Amino acid sequence: MENKRTCLYDKHVALGALMQPFGGFEMPIQYSSIMEEHNAVRQHCGVFDVSHMGEVYVTGEDAEKYVNHIFTNDVTNAPLHKIFYGMMLYPEGGTVDDLLVYKMGENEFFIVINAANIDKDVDWMRQHAEGFNVAIDHCSEYYGQLAIQGPEAEDMMENVLKLPCKELLFYTVKTLNVDGEDIIVSRTGYTGEDGFEIYGSHEFIRSTWDKLMADGHCKPCGLGCRDTLRFEVGLPLYGDELSEEISPVMAGLSMFCKLDKPEFIGKEALIKQKTEGFTKKLVGIELKDRAIPRHGYAIIKDGKEIGEVTTGYHCISVDKSVCMALIDFEYSKLGTEVEVQIRKKTFPGIVVKKRFYEKHYKKD
Amino acid sequence: MTKFIDGLYYSESHEYVRVEGNYGYIGITDYAQNALGNVVYVDMPDVDDEVEAGEEFGAVESVKAASDLNSPVSGTVVETNEALDEKPELINQDAFANWIIKIELSDKTELDNLMDAKAYEEFCDKK
Repeated sequence: MENKRTCLYDKHVALGALMQPFGGFEMPIQYSSIMEEHNAVRQHCGVFDVSHMGEVYVTGEDAEKYVNHIFTNDVTNAPLHKIFYGMMLYPEGGTVDDLLVYKMGENEFFIVINAANIDKDVDWMRQHAEGFNVAIDHCSEYYGQLAIQGPEAEDMMENVLKLPCKELLFYTVKTLNVDGEDIIVSRTGYTGEDGFEIYGSHEFIRSTWDKLMADGHCKPCGLGCRDTLRFEVGLPLYGDELSEEISPVMAGLSMFCKLDKPEFIGKEALIKQKTEGFTKKLVGIELKDRAIPRHGYAIIKDGKEIGEVTTGYHCISVDKSVCMALIDFEYSKLGTEVEVQIRKKTFPGIVVKKRFYEKHYKKD
Repeated sequence: MTKFIDGLYYSESHEYVRVEGNYGYIGITDYAQNALGNVVYVDMPDVDDEVEAGEEFGAVESVKAASDLNSPVSGTVVETNEALDEKPELINQDAFANWIIKIELSDKTELDNLMDAKAYEEFCDKK
């Protein structure tokens, strides 16, 4: 199947970006270098084209009840403009996708899903809407999306883009009317830094990108550093740390699953995992050597394979080789010594927290 | 500008050999380092390991991925470039100055199977 292009495709090519397929789209991986772009976001500011992400509006009388049915987090009586992170689950507890739910109105939710899962998610949402008075409006084709991330993101939004947003709290959203068009701005991101995400028409996203490029302070950043940034602060990527086989409980994301809600798809399975235990757990592993554990490499204990690497890098912000890995529960205790098979050799590692670098969100 | 240096031998998998007497210094080309991006780790064999022409002998890792190193020629490893253990980014700074392994060549006729700078440059242009 041919890969899709975002509304900024020609601009990436003109900037000389390395383009590669991701989630069914032809996406920029890097413009200059992953390290430069990574450090720009940690120290100053970077902009990502994330127009590949999918968007769905859920509206109607039963919107809240319906979202609570398909979503692990709890949106009951939530304040207007609050954003929730959570998952959609299979009844067996595996993950359909991880997503953001924006409360836009009393009976109106804006849902952001992963590019690679758009078709699957929309089918899933429609299948499970039976009996609820809701309309499910898939609008991925309409929206482009930019993520502006880093300690100087607010300055870019306010002073370069003239989008007032400094009063926005972490994980809240507002709509702005710009030249007659409603755009959505949220204080969210996937880098562990303060930042914003902007959703609007292709035309709006293109002109916003141009303003940032003309100003020159905000570095264009590709998906390469998006992955190294999210990895360092322990954020999961669907397909690596969450999947049909990996439940949020196994991935250490129970805090986003509200088991005290009356019901949601997958609730019983999660309760069972919590009470009866589960076989595999997601952990962090730090290597003593510089060798780099990559996705799929084996984790070894006493000559036996106990799991595999989900994501690994030589961490840019802390100069260590680290990975997240899904391993047998019995070895998941912090401090456990394991080995990682890297090509022909094995390297000693130690189980650590899967946050390798502290987040710098602006929470107050 | 990608650099191509005369007098070296080049492989299709983007390694070079600089020959001095019976010894060959093997590294990756400037074209290769440029395509890889920031090098963060070089996995090298041990001294006295045998390497075979066309066979993997290690890997160069960028932030994003590991790329196998294939030896353009056969021989015995007599030295590895230990500076790369601490500073793998030297490869990005000057790939031709920062060789990865030095081997004692076991069959110098294998050099005939490799490209010269001009042929290698044309090979890269076609990609």
